[in-house]
Amino acid sequence: MIRILFFARVREEVGQARLEMPLPAGITTLGTLRDHLAAQGEGWSYLSRCPNLRTALNQELAPPETPLREGDEVAFFPPVTGG
Amino acid sequence: MSISVQEADFDTGAEIDTLGAGGAIGAVVSFVGLMRDMRGDTAIRAMTLEHYPGMTEKALASIERQARSRWDVQRVRIIHRIGRLMPEDRIVLVAVASKHRGEAFAACQFIMDYLKTDAPFWKKEETAEGGHWVEARSSDDDARRRWNDEAKPNG
Repeated sequence: MIRILFFARVREEVGQARLEMPLPAGITTLGTLRDHLAAQGEGWSYLSRCPNLRTALNQELAPPETPLREGDEVAFFPPVTGG
Repeated sequence: MSISVQEADFDTGAEIDTLGAGGAIGAVVSFVGLMRDMRGDTAIRAMTLEHYPGMTEKALASIERQARSRWDVQRVRIIHRIGRLMPEDRIVLVAVASKHRGEAFAACQFIMDYLKTDAPFWKKEETAEGGHWVEARSSDDDARRRWNDEAKPNG
């Protein structure tokens, strides 16, 4: 299983804050997981439309080519705006 | 290392006094970020701050470590509020204590510049037209990048 978290506008667009699922067959990186989810229709397409979408793996920023493993925590979110 | 992510307000004066205590500290530099009531021509009624529990604390600790590796600072305090805030409310405190002012000034600005681009917080503003997510600013990326172009100061 992998855990997937969504934050801020990404969370609102996809309609959920978290998701646990088996690592889908053929999905090996953060980028391919994003594409897989973005193809689920409705709000999910925001994952491909969000400008400068950020991805994190196990709570650290990580680029789309980062490999995924069983048990990972993945997060998708917009550029941050704290401070 | 002292990092807090909290809904509660903080006492700026008390935090600064704590950081400066003990006799070895010659300088405390602090930054307090406040909520504004306007963005451009639009009145902002309130704001909600969301964050990524777990990653937020790790990101702030990493920023503090980077600052400590560049400057000789004795103490660092970072407080970032989450939840619903109103105009004039305090949002963030970064305070740095060191023997001399140069280190504290530089480290405080460095931490704020990195917090703006690396710590997973998001602001949603409430206006008369409804709620909207604040857009990231490219000037924040520029401010962070500047630190990579600069040689380490001598303090």
